[in-house]
Amino acid sequence: MSDAGNLGFTPNEMMTIAASRALKSDDVCFVGIGAPSAACNVARLTHAPDITLIYESGTIGTAPDVLPLSIGDGELCETAVTTVAVPEMFRYWLQGGRISIGFLGAAQLDKFGNINTTVIGDYAHPKTRLPGGGGAPEIATSSRQVYITMPQSKRGMVEKIDFFTSFGHGDGGDHRQRLGIDTAGPTLLITDLAIWKPDPITKEFTVVSLHPGVTRAQVQETCGWTVKFAEALDETPAPTELELKTLRDLQARTKAAHQGTAKGKAA
Amino acid sequence: MVKFLPLKEAVADNLHDGDTVAFEGFTHLIPTAAAHEAIRQGFRDLTLIRMTPDLIYDQMIGMGMARKIVFSYVGNPGVGLLRRARDAIENGFPRAIEVEEHSHAGMANAYEAGAAGLPCAVFRGYRGAGLAAVNPNIKSVTCPFTGEVLAAVPAIRPDVTFIHAQKADRKGNVLVEGIIGIQKEAVLAAKRAVVTVEEVVDNFDDLHPNLTVLPSWTIAAISVVPGGSHPSYTHGYYERDNAAYLEWDEIAADRDRFQAWIRKYVIESSADDFAGRVGHLRKAA
Repeated sequence: MSDAGNLGFTPNEMMTIAASRALKSDDVCFVGIGAPSAACNVARLTHAPDITLIYESGTIGTAPDVLPLSIGDGELCETAVTTVAVPEMFRYWLQGGRISIGFLGAAQLDKFGNINTTVIGDYAHPKTRLPGGGGAPEIATSSRQVYITMPQSKRGMVEKIDFFTSFGHGDGGDHRQRLGIDTAGPTLLITDLAIWKPDPITKEFTVVSLHPGVTRAQVQETCGWTVKFAEALDETPAPTELELKTLRDLQARTKAAHQGTAKGKAA
Repeated sequence: MVKFLPLKEAVADNLHDGDTVAFEGFTHLIPTAAAHEAIRQGFRDLTLIRMTPDLIYDQMIGMGMARKIVFSYVGNPGVGLLRRARDAIENGFPRAIEVEEHSHAGMANAYEAGAAGLPCAVFRGYRGAGLAAVNPNIKSVTCPFTGEVLAAVPAIRPDVTFIHAQKADRKGNVLVEGIIGIQKEAVLAAKRAVVTVEEVVDNFDDLHPNLTVLPSWTIAAISVVPGGSHPSYTHGYYERDNAAYLEWDEIAADRDRFQAWIRKYVIESSADDFAGRVGHLRKAA
């Protein structure tokens, strides 16, 4: 790990570990790829050994030794309790209400937890065509709660997203209920600088905890909307030695595994 | 009756210019060898359906074979973007393509409706999602019993579906196991199905009775292509070549480098070359 600085951990490590702490052993978590996947597996390897991790490839109760590069790496299936077909995954398990936490990343996010991973610019004539929603549009509305994790930046955290890939709290307030969505939506946002929770009435994400050494000014400088801070602002506990070691070991195993298949042949 | 054919003939017999075609396999069992054969035969004006277009549709789009794509995630899984698909959507290069975009839930339900012989799929989806505003094939129906408003999308019915699978028996029944994705639905939804397999075995007598087996009479043609899903993988045979997915990001970023790669590894290669590409990915016995 480079750039750990004088705190002994990087902002990204703090983000992953803070996100992992939000998960419990009895959660059934639908795991988005990238940052959520690392957080979910750190939780499983530390304080939440019995957590059920589900990837959209149909792998239920998986326990990979390395982080998968894709949502369908072989190890997910080999270590899963069961593997189901993709229609069953989305119909019975997600739509059927079996998922307690949908854990998503975001390319673009607004203050109401709406996510864009589809396009930058106009949909018909995009400036940048991003991958799109995949499973996320229904994960965002059928999971009982949604957690979001992403590093802060002005490009990523914006006043107005370019496309509503996954609906959070819409324009805020009771917008979800007005659309007939009966799940809680985004209840937690973990960035590399802070922990955020939605205001109970307006549903606007509000900073409730700053990570160690982070200032309010840093949070504002890396966010595209005017940030609201809770009156009683906590400091996120620093990563423990066990948490850091677990995360770093996981990332080292992952790096070795993904490069291990490299050997100068054709794709 | 299913025919065992060399891949070249299986593709030539079943795919035609202008067809609506699905090459399915959800990260696992992606039918790369069949897609490369389609590139070699130079089909045009295809409507390409696939939940996750992945490298194979990046390659087919980059070669100008697609008139339209129907998809739910146009990324390189875990790596980033599909740069040939982006070039087509953003810049119309090498040709403009029509886009029909869904969520995974939408595509999965639509394939299932196709397999079930229904005109459309009904599910709880797209609520608050921007796709409903830009895709006219996303509509809604009201439940006649509860009044709940649900999403509706048309069934997917490909002219032909290509999949890769572990093995066939001598009668042409096909076994699919591991992450089974959407393959069964994609085969049963299609007018014709072509399957590439790692190997042919005498019979399936000793298999567990609930495994996913596609009976021979649901399949038009089977081709034996060991390694045929590389750089995807075949559970029980070889692992996913994650390094190749990382490398693709650089190859596809440049139009000339992409063309050079296609020439070397597709046009001047054949289905027989796939076995050699997975040797290092097979688990030590």
